Amino acid sequence: MSIDTETARRVAKLARIKVEDDALPALAAEFSAILGFIEQLNEVDVEGIEPMTSVTPQRLKRRADVVTDGNQQAAILKNAPDAREGFFAVPKVVE
Amino acid sequence: MTELTKLTIAGARDAMRNGDTTSAEITNACLTAIEGADALGAFVHKTPEIAAAQAAAADVRIKAGDAPDMCGIPLGIKDLFCTKGVPSQAASRILEGFRPEYESTVTTQLFDAGAVMLGKLNMDEFAMGSSNETSVYGNAVNPWRRGGDDAALTPGGSSGGSASAVAADLCLAATGTDTGGSIRQPAAFVGITGLKPTYGRVSRWGIVAFASSLDQAGPMTKDVRDAAIMLKAMCGHDPKDSTSADIPVPDFEAALTGDIKGKVIGIPKEYRIDGMPEEIGKLWADGAAMLKDAGAIIKDISLPHTKYALPAYYVIAPAEASSNLARYDGVRFGHRAKLAAGDGITEMYEKTRAEGFGAEVQRRVMVGTYVLSAGFYDAYYNRARRVRALIKQDFDRVFADGVDAILTPATPSAAFGLGEMTNADPIQMYLNDVFTVTVNLAGLPGIAVPTGIDVQGLPLGLQLIGRPWEEGDLLNVAYALERAAGFVAKPQKWW
Repeated sequence: MSIDTETARRVAKLARIKVEDDALPALAAEFSAILGFIEQLNEVDVEGIEPMTSVTPQRLKRRADVVTDGNQQAAILKNAPDAREGFFAVPKVVE
Repeated sequence: MTELTKLTIAGARDAMRNGDTTSAEITNACLTAIEGADALGAFVHKTPEIAAAQAAAADVRIKAGDAPDMCGIPLGIKDLFCTKGVPSQAASRILEGFRPEYESTVTTQLFDAGAVMLGKLNMDEFAMGSSNETSVYGNAVNPWRRGGDDAALTPGGSSGGSASAVAADLCLAATGTDTGGSIRQPAAFVGITGLKPTYGRVSRWGIVAFASSLDQAGPMTKDVRDAAIMLKAMCGHDPKDSTSADIPVPDFEAALTGDIKGKVIGIPKEYRIDGMPEEIGKLWADGAAMLKDAGAIIKDISLPHTKYALPAYYVIAPAEASSNLARYDGVRFGHRAKLAAGDGITEMYEKTRAEGFGAEVQRRVMVGTYVLSAGFYDAYYNRARRVRALIKQDFDRVFADGVDAILTPATPSAAFGLGEMTNADPIQMYLNDVFTVTVNLAGLPGIAVPTGIDVQGLPLGLQLIGRPWEEGDLLNVAYALERAAGFVAKPQKWW
């Protein structure tokens, strides 16, 4: 499958990665090569095979639905690029 | 005692218990070796103060008697592990300045057992790569060189710094992680032992996530015994990782009897790939002969879906990565791009991620986004998961037929030159994992053991694949192979 420049632009947008216009054709070519490689999977007969959800047959563990920690505001904000008054700060989202 | 840095974990443990040396002495020797080895690019954050304090505490425990096996052993820690208060940035610019407020389960267990942290080790960015050339820190370099040639070689990837550091005797052992071969391929490229445990054996908590259904941490060590000792300290049930197995941890070292009489070793015909170098074929045949001489039964087997492992991996791993790496948004930790006037939150995300992620990481995040997007999810992602189920069934079948372990080459070649693959298309680089990636897809334990030297003087390794949860048995076969191969070569110091 060949990926065109518009599709590359759309994927970059979905992934929230800024890609300059002049870089899109090369990116589209790379995607096409990788997807071409992946298309080999179409040769495999997967009729009746369930998609794998867990590689080991174990059930996921459950625990009681209770609070197990908390009160760590300072630790949680410690690495934030911009934290103010106990919150993560971001550019204005709504007008 | 001389050459303290060359000690194995077992050798150091016994020497410290006998009072022949101390953790402080070995740790100091390692710190000195690290100071002189910047040319290898292995240690990217050095932690000598932490090391000195941990070594002093370990020496008190050892003197008191009853110290665990890992007590006082100086280690390197891959940069993918979160270590409290110490930079942990997965070799990415996007985590620049990140100092975790918590400690990964694996490093917690190692430090509780008395192990000493010398520093953080180089790797491919977010563990995506097979040559350690995608790191924000620059390349890690292989301590081995081709005979009569000064060209810098790759130590493999993604655990390239771990491989380089252990092979160059900068530390006694190191942690690695393996999503498609990232412990076993670098181990083979530098002539050391690297073990990827069964999926679920080692907690993933606190390890920066790449592809959660494939990632597994493991030891990178100077020999098989050390892998057994270090694995025991790393694994065990962790309530903080819902995929962590709640099963007993055996004494893996006690499994090393070297007796493999009657064990059935499978040789999968599909691993004889087109264009495989003659040397690799010979190495493989020699390994099979060694195991046969040791009393094993060699059996030809078939794993018919092998060919589809790499394409399935390059759907599943990027898909999981695109989801895992969504958290790097410039809000909670790490890098945030400088914004222009009028930029909103979307521009902040897009610029931050464009500046913070390197080219390979961006490529994989976008491929993952594409295969998960509406209209393609079934065609790519679900199909790949179905193929993955078939790949696992291949292994289930041969194990049910009585095969105890499977022997394959670890890599399709010896270490290549840094920069040699720069202009190759990404798929050429992906082919490095052709022998290892099946093991991650099937969740099995696999180990790389050095068994030979190529015509250029570089180490080559073989891989053994075991039954799920039977790392003890696998390590014992690896131990027999190691003894038979008698690999003792070391790189000549040039750094």
